[in-house]
Amino acid sequence: MHFLFEPGFFSSGPVRTAAVIGGLTAIVSAVVGTFTVVRSQSFAGHALTDVATTGGSGAFLLGLSPLTGFIAGGVIGGGAMEMIGVERARSRDVATGIVLGAATGLSALFLYLDATRSASTGATQQILFGSIFTIDSSTVPTIVVLSAATLLVLGVIHRPLLLSSVSAELAAARGISLRVVGLLFMLALAVAVGLSSISIGSILSTALLIGPAATALRVTRSLRAAMVAACLLGVSTTWLGILLAYDSVSWDPSSQGLPVSFFIVAIVFLLYLASGLSFVRGLSGRRGGGRPALGAVPAKDKDASPLGAAV
Amino acid sequence: MFSGFMTNAWEVGTIVAIVAGVVGFFVVLRGSAFPAHAIPNGAFAGAAGANLIGINPLVGLGVFSLLAALGIGSLSRRGRADVVTALVLFMMLALGAAFLSQSTEYEPQIFSLLFGEILGVSSSKILPVVVLGLVSVVAVGVLYRRLMLNSIAPEIATARGIQPHRTDMAFLVVLACATTMTVPVVGALLIFTLMIGPPAAARCFTDRPGVAIAGSVVIALLTVWAALASSYEVNWPVGFFVGAFSAVWYGIGRIYARWRRTRVAKLVRSSAQSQI
Repeated sequence: MHFLFEPGFFSSGPVRTAAVIGGLTAIVSAVVGTFTVVRSQSFAGHALTDVATTGGSGAFLLGLSPLTGFIAGGVIGGGAMEMIGVERARSRDVATGIVLGAATGLSALFLYLDATRSASTGATQQILFGSIFTIDSSTVPTIVVLSAATLLVLGVIHRPLLLSSVSAELAAARGISLRVVGLLFMLALAVAVGLSSISIGSILSTALLIGPAATALRVTRSLRAAMVAACLLGVSTTWLGILLAYDSVSWDPSSQGLPVSFFIVAIVFLLYLASGLSFVRGLSGRRGGGRPALGAVPAKDKDASPLGAAV
Repeated sequence: MFSGFMTNAWEVGTIVAIVAGVVGFFVVLRGSAFPAHAIPNGAFAGAAGANLIGINPLVGLGVFSLLAALGIGSLSRRGRADVVTALVLFMMLALGAAFLSQSTEYEPQIFSLLFGEILGVSSSKILPVVVLGLVSVVAVGVLYRRLMLNSIAPEIATARGIQPHRTDMAFLVVLACATTMTVPVVGALLIFTLMIGPPAAARCFTDRPGVAIAGSVVIALLTVWAALASSYEVNWPVGFFVGAFSAVWYGIGRIYARWRRTRVAKLVRSSAQSQI
């Protein structure tokens, strides 16, 4: 067993906290991420992480907890993106870009002020790349409540959300307010991003959001199955990443081990690549002229119905 | 303000603004803001890696931004473009995080790569910027008709024998080239701002592509110059000013576009009434 688990892995307090937080984050990210991929909002999801960075560095400057900053930043940024332009895919792209650019500039300023004023180093590193092993276990209740709230909101709006993602016209005809649904979803996205920012760092947090969801959508047939698969993939990836990072310290005693986020993202990326191999698709019954995979819609059909006849 | 190390900053800033204005026009036209964000960020990992093994960061930047461009281009054939872009970006960033965790130089290095250090540009850095900038602008010139047709009317372009996938690939490589030269100067996060803000603002002012490209270059130049001057005065990072001014320009553009729309609508209405 020692070959797999370095001594002290199970008895270490930080590792236990990391496993709990990582697992929760992975579940929330997987559920929110499935909708994000179906709605083709990967860019917005990623942009929110950078906006969250702004919030995180601002919170550092004010002496607040980073989680508050990540989530506040995400909520403000997401609201701004949703307000500026949502009519067409391309103008949404530009709106996201503009918010992202302005937020990046602000975080440059905040991080610079952090570095010059507080005299404590490591702010950039901590905010951008995060460290799941250093999270205080007292934040666990907050994270549990936030995760539950996010999942609850998504559970309530999931039908109108899905309908508006597949066909905006149909949803509007049914009397669904696209703006309210879009805004609520952005809020869920912001919380999910804030949670994962604190565990694997804000630059990499959308990896957990997009990766498992995209992989799951490629190999399953229904949205519900995809969500379950994404949760399983996300949680196992996160735990494997934590394990590998813990073990990596002992691989080469001279170095200081590799970051958790590196392992998580590497596994996520490899899983996505593997899910595209034809034999994996064959295993899941996807080969041949069946219905197209939810996540495998070619780029050119993006503006058409993203789900096709699948739901 | 115009002496010593600032001279280099003005020169490099001007070149970067011109290149970002030209390349950025197509970024906005094609709706490829995400790749334009992903490639410089991925390139950042290359610089971190080059730092670790002790070679010229420019080589690391070049290799990684090309890898990112080719990765996005080839993988998006089989999956969703935005998902693929996101995943390639994360893989590059994760490598960057791994490289950084192994290196001994921390804070200032990361900060300057992400947010740029235009005020500390040495004269030796100018030549590669000029060369790569020229290459990207010339490449855009050569590809101009093809890119235009492919972006606006993809079906017609395909009918004329322009392969959409090859055009995408060529554009991504141009983007990688423009990125490589600019990351060490303005930082991975800010070259993106310059490629989106000014062109998006310029497109609000005019519908003609040639004028829009010129306008986007002019706005990018004004943004960079104003940012340099403010940064020199206030002693805050250049990146903050570039981001803020770009957003302001875009805001002005949107307000102008709305005003023009209502004016046109009014003119149409009044002429319709006079005819009745």
